[in-house]
Amino acid sequence: MKRDLKFLSGAVWPIAGFCVLIAVWECLVRAEIWSAIVLPSPLSVARYLWDSVLDGVWPFAVLTTLKRLVLGYAIGLMVGIPLGVLCARSKICRDTIGLLALGLQALPSVCWVPLAIIWFGMNEHAMLFVVLMGTVWSLLISTQHGVMNIPPIYIRAARTMGSKGLHTWIHVIMPAAFPSIVGGMKQGWAFAWRSLMAAEIYVSIAVMGLGQLLHYGRENMDMAQVVGIMLVVVVIGLLADKILFSPWERMLRKRWGLSQN
Amino acid sequence: MPGAVEIKSQKVADELKNALPSKLEVKRVSKTFEAKRGEKFLALDDVSLNVGEGEFVCLVGPSGCGKSTLLNLIAGLDKADSGEILTNGKPVSEPGRDRMMMFQEHALFPWLDVIGNVMFGLKLKPNLNDSERREVAKYYLHLVGLDRFLNSAIHELSGGMRQRVALARSLAPNPQILLMDEPFGALDALTRENLYGDLQRIWQQRKKTIVFVTHNIREAVCLGDRVILFSPNPGKIREEFKVELPRPRSINDPALSEVSSVITAALKCHLDAKGVME
Repeated sequence: MKRDLKFLSGAVWPIAGFCVLIAVWECLVRAEIWSAIVLPSPLSVARYLWDSVLDGVWPFAVLTTLKRLVLGYAIGLMVGIPLGVLCARSKICRDTIGLLALGLQALPSVCWVPLAIIWFGMNEHAMLFVVLMGTVWSLLISTQHGVMNIPPIYIRAARTMGSKGLHTWIHVIMPAAFPSIVGGMKQGWAFAWRSLMAAEIYVSIAVMGLGQLLHYGRENMDMAQVVGIMLVVVVIGLLADKILFSPWERMLRKRWGLSQN
Repeated sequence: MPGAVEIKSQKVADELKNALPSKLEVKRVSKTFEAKRGEKFLALDDVSLNVGEGEFVCLVGPSGCGKSTLLNLIAGLDKADSGEILTNGKPVSEPGRDRMMMFQEHALFPWLDVIGNVMFGLKLKPNLNDSERREVAKYYLHLVGLDRFLNSAIHELSGGMRQRVALARSLAPNPQILLMDEPFGALDALTRENLYGDLQRIWQQRKKTIVFVTHNIREAVCLGDRVILFSPNPGKIREEFKVELPRPRSINDPALSEVSSVITAALKCHLDAKGVME
């Protein structure tokens, strides 16, 4: 009971803040400073979101987008983590693949879009490729750093207990590098999400994701759709962070005693 | 011991039987390290040492005298340039569960809880199943007085408790030799005093051969049957002292102070002769 009250009092200010924001927005619309095409009213955005739930447009787009994201991200994990381990183990890999990763990580993955369209055409592959480029490099680098920075004493202690080779990798090195790998996964997820939105806006394709809805919203001068989809993108980004990464980070804090950073 | 852990399974009881302590022979071992700019640093110069079954030997000396190097060689974590090390007559070539090592840093794994850490070495023993391993781990955690912390995270424990877990972890595979590299060096005096008492009790109960490295001469006299004095540049054994005080010994015993002042004087004498006193 007491906890519920505390939760409610904690929610008072955020709710009040949003109410004020929406009220100001509504006032600006009513003042008719800008035309309704430039600035849609909150009500029209809400109506768009509601109507297209009924005809299934944006829920379907969410599904499409998430499918692309999860597939690209999964491939990114499967490529990035092993490559990171490889770079940590071999100096030759570090000086070649590792260095390349460091360079390409500095490239915003939107920059891959023109190349991806030329290579793959206006299709799913192009979008997948852009997501992959967004994910793989930061994962590779944080895995490499995680593995290389584990305290050598862990490995020595494990060796005295009879651990060697693959056993040491699975039971000592990877768990020890885990906090760093989770950090990389979180960053990789954020990059993948941003780059997929960009890719969807550029790659026009019949199966529409959220990015394509944004794009066609602009083409049809339907700003209610644009703003509505933007809201959906924000909410999905937040939810993914909370659902996917918060539990792991909580576990890390509990076990390792790390503070949130 | 009050409220001892009850052992049900025969296999676990067998596993917990004291391993026969092992004899340790170090024969004319030398080890050089490559220092900066290609200079060679002679860490151990023709060192020989015999440790009897169940003996508690302390290696003391200032830093850089090679005492930790020798411990790493015995553990099999490093290779000697020349000479050989034998346990029960067999040459040491790699790390093995017959020789467990405890480090100054606790070296516990933060991704495992207390009992998970103690079970780590046991998991590499194929003859036990998981519930038997748990039982063995519980026995050793009881031995070091941590029954109530089986599922605690490592970061929740104090420094002294962490070293107790590390001790339980190195005892768990039932080694014949226990190698301890300044295990209490980072602890406060009061915590250390408690651990001196517990370590002597456990040593007598589990009958291990122990090689204990420290730079604290009082600590060496409190724990060891024999104190071996090392000096640096190059690392060599200078002298050895038999400690014949009755056990259990207390670090605050005046008789103990007398013995340690003799050894301190001997150490100073050796260092002065070499002109390395700062």
